[in-house]
Amino acid sequence: MIVRILGEGQFTVDDAHADLLNGLDSGLERAVESGDDASFQSAMDDLLTQVRSVGQRLPDDSLEPSDAVLPAEGSTVEDVRDLLAGTSEGLIPG
Amino acid sequence: MSVMKRLQMIFSAKASKALDRAEDPRETLDYSYQRQLEMLQKVRRGVADVATSRKRLELQMQQMQQQSEKLEGQGRQALAAGREDLAREALTRRSGVQQQHSDLSAQHAALQGEEEKLTLASQRLQAKVDAFRTRKETIKATYTAAEAQTKIGEAFSGISEEMGDVGLAVQRAEDKTQAMQARAGAIDELLASGALDDVSGTAKDDITAELESMSSQGGVELELARLKGEIGAGKAPEAIEGATPPGTQSTSSEAQRLEGERP
Repeated sequence: MIVRILGEGQFTVDDAHADLLNGLDSGLERAVESGDDASFQSAMDDLLTQVRSVGQRLPDDSLEPSDAVLPAEGSTVEDVRDLLAGTSEGLIPG
Repeated sequence: MSVMKRLQMIFSAKASKALDRAEDPRETLDYSYQRQLEMLQKVRRGVADVATSRKRLELQMQQMQQQSEKLEGQGRQALAAGREDLAREALTRRSGVQQQHSDLSAQHAALQGEEEKLTLASQRLQAKVDAFRTRKETIKATYTAAEAQTKIGEAFSGISEEMGDVGLAVQRAEDKTQAMQARAGAIDELLASGALDDVSGTAKDDITAELESMSSQGGVELELARLKGEIGAGKAPEAIEGATPPGTQSTSSEAQRLEGERP
């Protein structure tokens, strides 16, 4: 699968790692729902580190869309909530 | 639902909506390419803006460094003249300037990181835009409108996602730069007000003024204090006050101690 980390680029991640990533993603989801920034930051950290370590960078000139998109490093729980909120389409430029 | 899946859907929904709007999907290709070129311009302007802010910070950090060195020199000079009160004032200000300097240093590192990220984002987008242009020409030359639909969808969704990502990165950088500029403006005002001293050398700060007046007037204030002591017969010399000119924050006990030590 192809995972995009916003502000960083796309990574190809072998499907063998999907379960691990999904598990970490569930942790991130719980943190976003609870709104607790500390657990959000640690969940983000785990997930981004994992994607970077098991993923291979996709070449810059690839036009492949991603299967999953992760928030940018340094995002706050509010940033992610804004992105996910109903108005988020208007928030994404381009 | 999963965060990363939801975000992915938001990005891909944006791409399909743009595709649906076009009557002939091949028109979408040219229109999208124009938007891509605009986005490239935008991200490059973003890089330039961040670089400008970074350079402004560097200039301010340099000014603060000079100011810190100057205050240390003044402290040394004041101490040599026996004015511990003035020396303490100089060192207190120096510590304030150093604090500001280390704040700026952290901001500088953040801006530098932002600049690097944005530069890489612009390189990625450039590579994708080039790939898209090639793909666009192939599609237009090879396929009929009906056939082109799928091919266009494939080329379009990847670049649309990239555009959204880069657009968000530019926004983030703009927000940071704006906050930084407001702050830099405040620091410029602070520097100009003399609160951190005017490092341009055109205006004298109060410590310099006082050090100079001490030497040029031959220590008038100190003389005055001595005379006051002579007139105030019966008073112990240690109780003399007024040795500290106005405008300094010396404690009177420091002044008394220094007076007492004077031969």
